[in-house]
Amino acid sequence: MKPKAVKKSATKYILIALAVLFIAVMLAVPLATVLVYALRQGWDTFAAAIVDPYAIKALKLTLTAAGTTVVLNTFFGVFASWAITKFRFRGKQILTTLIDIPFAISPVIAGLVFIYVFGRIGWAYPFLQAHDIKIVFAVPGIILATIFVTFPFISRELIPLMQSSGTDEEEAAALMGAGGLRIYRKITFPHVKWGLLYGIILCTARAVGEFGAVSVVSGHLRGKTNTLPLHIEILFSEFHLTASFAVSSILVAMTVVILVLRNIVEYRVKREERSH
Amino acid sequence: MYVELKNINKTFNGFQASRDVSFGIEQGQLVGLLGPSGSGKTTILRMIAGLEYPDSGDIIINGVRVNDIPASKRGIGFVFQSYALFRYMTVYDNIAFGLEVQRSRKADIRARVAELIKLIGLEGMEKRYPHQLSGGQRQRVAFARALAPNPQLLLLDEPFAAIDAKVRRELRAWLRETINKVGITSIFVTHDQDEAIEVADEIIITNAGQVEQKGSPVEIYKHPATPFSAQFIGQSRTVENYAALNGFEHVAGFDRAIVRPEFIDVEKRGKRLMFESAAETGVVESIFFRGNLSELTINLGGTRIIANRALEAEEVAVGEEVSVLIYRLYLYNDSAVRLAENVLIRDVNTVFI
Ligand SMILES: Nc1ncnc2c1ncn2[C@@H]1O[C@H](COP(=O)(O)OP(=O)(O)OP(=O)(O)O)[C@@H](O)[C@H]1O
Ligand SMILES: [Mg+2]
Repeated sequence: MKPKAVKKSATKYILIALAVLFIAVMLAVPLATVLVYALRQGWDTFAAAIVDPYAIKALKLTLTAAGTTVVLNTFFGVFASWAITKFRFRGKQILTTLIDIPFAISPVIAGLVFIYVFGRIGWAYPFLQAHDIKIVFAVPGIILATIFVTFPFISRELIPLMQSSGTDEEEAAALMGAGGLRIYRKITFPHVKWGLLYGIILCTARAVGEFGAVSVVSGHLRGKTNTLPLHIEILFSEFHLTASFAVSSILVAMTVVILVLRNIVEYRVKREERSH
Repeated sequence: MYVELKNINKTFNGFQASRDVSFGIEQGQLVGLLGPSGSGKTTILRMIAGLEYPDSGDIIINGVRVNDIPASKRGIGFVFQSYALFRYMTVYDNIAFGLEVQRSRKADIRARVAELIKLIGLEGMEKRYPHQLSGGQRQRVAFARALAPNPQLLLLDEPFAAIDAKVRRELRAWLRETINKVGITSIFVTHDQDEAIEVADEIIITNAGQVEQKGSPVEIYKHPATPFSAQFIGQSRTVENYAALNGFEHVAGFDRAIVRPEFIDVEKRGKRLMFESAAETGVVESIFFRGNLSELTINLGGTRIIANRALEAEEVAVGEEVSVLIYRLYLYNDSAVRLAENVLIRDVNTVFI
């Protein structure tokens, strides 16, 4: 290995340099710019933009939407991956493909779908109207759109893990008379827990930052249906540049926290894999 | 019969993995399912366990037809080919699992697990996880785990496949002893005939989804019932033109024959004391040292056969012409086997090797 590594070192450094350069230009500089612009007019302006009631409402809505989404998607992801990996049934392939659709489809289309279903022109509108339920241009719509865009994350993490664990251990447990829930709790879950957490983190990151689909269904009602990304966009289009960057820095901070968590989990996953 | 399979058929997407399988097993026996890879051994075992359902036929355990009883209710212990130990549980928890499912009392569980750990000789390793055990130790934990809930029937799928040769021998003996001690009816799958012959009371030979023969190891060895059994057991070699061999005549309907090393005696030329007229001349093509004997490949006028020679016997060399005496052959066709003795050996005092 060693002599080869020395010979290849030029290639190695060029590749590393390119990667670093790319990340610097595409990621580090823009992120730093966010902070620089946010603090350009001093701390007070920054703080004012952040404690602005609309910003706080937007943050709360973002957290609510992301939180609800993650909980529901976790349930969905766990059950879907369980069904797909542990049972044989007709249409499994189709189900597996359908789960991936949100990854392939533009979020704007996802948003439009909800407008066509639940909006004024949608087929479910008369029913919703009759029961006084508001979905589009309201919080439920935002949550639905976020769920739609992020639901593959968790099952995509879990499916390969559960496939690789095979059905042997589950079969062994079933032979000894264990029921489905005990099998999941004692055997399947310990095997996938870090993967699940990883999926939850990815899902959270995406849910917090979702713009396209949410933008379509939100209606941009300030203080009502504005999430953080939407709020930032509005500030920006109204030329409140500093404020928009200040609020952006909240999102950046959240992302950093999520990234750190992600790395911790990833480290744990690797360690588990090594020891089993 | 304690376990009985009657006309079992099983198809996977059009592929017939079991073809009219029928056999019965007496209580307390240790039975080996022996057959080449893909012959449907695992499928049979999984159907008995209830992990797979036959398309037709009956599975009867202890007088009860179990076809519609789910795996969890059949009370069968199963040792998987890959062990399938619960990797996030300790040795103790693995063995205790089945007892916890049955909601046994804590104290009873502790006593039973301790007893089994002693049985498998892993005292002091209760707190280890499967990945901290050697292959042989894992195998034994899998065995103990399957035994813990006191099943009436134990099924083992290639229990030694993942273990190296030396440990495998020890484990075989251990398993045989332990199963006898516990007195549990057991069926184990193997594709290693030495293993089946050494361990089993009864052997069931499978081929292409069918049962070829069932019998004691000696029966299977001495009286192969089908052409497949004759070829599969022992180091069998096929001889096409057997009528050309000294002492054998063509039998109508049988075009080929099987010869095994134990039917053959090899001597240096001119050293044979008796029956020189019944012997053939062959050329040694290769010599293979097998530890306790040498294995010779001999070319008999174009047909290669395998013979054994004791290490104490005078050495022969590659390329040397030797005298080859064939005592007997199994003649076979597509459906039958029959024994043929060398007719030039009439002396009843001959001692066969
Ligand atoms: N779930 C399945 N789906 C499709 N085909 C299967 C399935 N299980 C087994 N088979 C097929 O049935 C045949 C018998 O398989 P089985 O596992 O019983 O063989 P085996 O005798 O145990 O072989 P080995 O010694 O290699 O374990 C094989 O050809 C296999 O491909
Ligand atoms: Mg098998």
